[in-house]
Amino acid sequence: MPIFDKKHDYPGKLIIVEGIDGSGKSTQIALLRKWLESQGFSVFFTEWNSSELVKETTKEGKKKNILTPTTFSLLHATDFADRLNYQIVPPLKAGMIVLADRYAYTAFARDVVRGVHPQWVRNLYSFAIKPDISFYFDVPINIACDRILSNRTQIKFHEAGMDLGFSADIKDSFRIFQSKILEEYKKMADEFSLTTIDATFEIHEQQEIVRDAVKEALKGYSKKRTIYAKRAKVFWRRFSVS
Amino acid sequence: MPNEPKYFGEGLAYLKPFSVKGKLIVIEGTDGAGRSTQIALLKNWLEVRGYAVVETGWARSTLMHKSIELAKSGNIMDRMTFSLLYATDFADRLENQIIPALKSGHIVVADRYVYTAFVRDVVRKEDPQWIRNVFGFALVPDLVLYLKIDMDTLIPRAIESGGINYWEAGMDIHMGQDLFDSFVNYQSRLISEYDTLAKEFNFEVIDGTKMVDEIQEKIREKVKEIVGKPKAAVKLKEMSETKEEPKK
Repeated sequence: MPIFDKKHDYPGKLIIVEGIDGSGKSTQIALLRKWLESQGFSVFFTEWNSSELVKETTKEGKKKNILTPTTFSLLHATDFADRLNYQIVPPLKAGMIVLADRYAYTAFARDVVRGVHPQWVRNLYSFAIKPDISFYFDVPINIACDRILSNRTQIKFHEAGMDLGFSADIKDSFRIFQSKILEEYKKMADEFSLTTIDATFEIHEQQEIVRDAVKEALKGYSKKRTIYAKRAKVFWRRFSVS
Repeated sequence: MPNEPKYFGEGLAYLKPFSVKGKLIVIEGTDGAGRSTQIALLKNWLEVRGYAVVETGWARSTLMHKSIELAKSGNIMDRMTFSLLYATDFADRLENQIIPALKSGHIVVADRYVYTAFVRDVVRKEDPQWIRNVFGFALVPDLVLYLKIDMDTLIPRAIESGGINYWEAGMDIHMGQDLFDSFVNYQSRLISEYDTLAKEFNFEVIDGTKMVDEIQEKIREKVKEIVGKPKAAVKLKEMSETKEEPKK
């Protein structure tokens, strides 16, 4: 079965970011959003695992540690389906730019490390829409670990893949789990022609590359301005940001 | 005679290898087909014969029960979300209830199984392959008993048992002018999809319009073929045949 390889024909654009924890993708997408809004585009932002429908269930399942690799994967797919239906497709139909922090590729990487079959999880998400541009922030494991381990005092149980029993030490477990996820991402960069960004560059350097790529992807896109977007543009002009 | 687990597709590769000692029996059928009545009778009969029975039912997992109720009460589900919620429920019951029971030699009686998801999904969209791939982790049952009824039987039974609800009527896909019309169209489609699956997956088709006792008789015949007699009962019989008094 084809894995969302068909271009969507909605008037909007879908831009997504991927990468392991500590790759800096959320920082980059936030900066991209600022820029797009300052340019007068209508932007809609959505992030992984945020749908109200299964939020409580996922939280409870994680807390009680009763999730299996399959239920873990299916819950995230349910979340994705719900967001696709409510948060991604409507703004695309309305001609807006949808920015997604993590997409189906996150499932292809994480769930496979958890032990589900690679083809099974790809089939599971075959209803997804192919993004117009998919950024993959590639970072060496040591840099990612340093960023996460120095910035945050508490790593979450599942973020560290503690459910997989790699190590009893949460930091070790995190390192092993994220290395394995990184391997999966590297394989996918080719499989899905992700736009790879070297995430060891300075933040503003990366952002420049991202904006150039987005400019290219938006060629021929007629932007829909909303009242909100117009206001945002005026706001940015006032501070003479180009 | 423990068996290797048999899956519909990729299975659950991350599980430690295990063998199946029990049997998995599935009762399928539309709303009002009499599944729960028949399951209660079957369970009782098996227990009298010395088999330990575990019953599992569609959408009854501890994990997903709440999410499914929430989604159903708001009528907010699209087709994918609908199917995936039930798949998650099923996976939870499979790994935490069905497989452990089968490993320890129980007979598992499932009220609805993956086929319910197959028919409901296929009625909601054209591609039948996606949902089958999703359930590639499911165990193939030892026996599928399909209680088949026609619309003339289904309609009064469904109405008598508390009326028609939004989901039983397939109102999410607007199959008719009003609740009743939609219900009739939706349930007819389900029956015809069940008929297709019956051939593809070798269901034992049982006429669900017959009397309760007659249906149960048929079910027991089929179940006997796969469960045989418990070892203890065979032993007891041998003992009595050799005129030995069973010792305490």
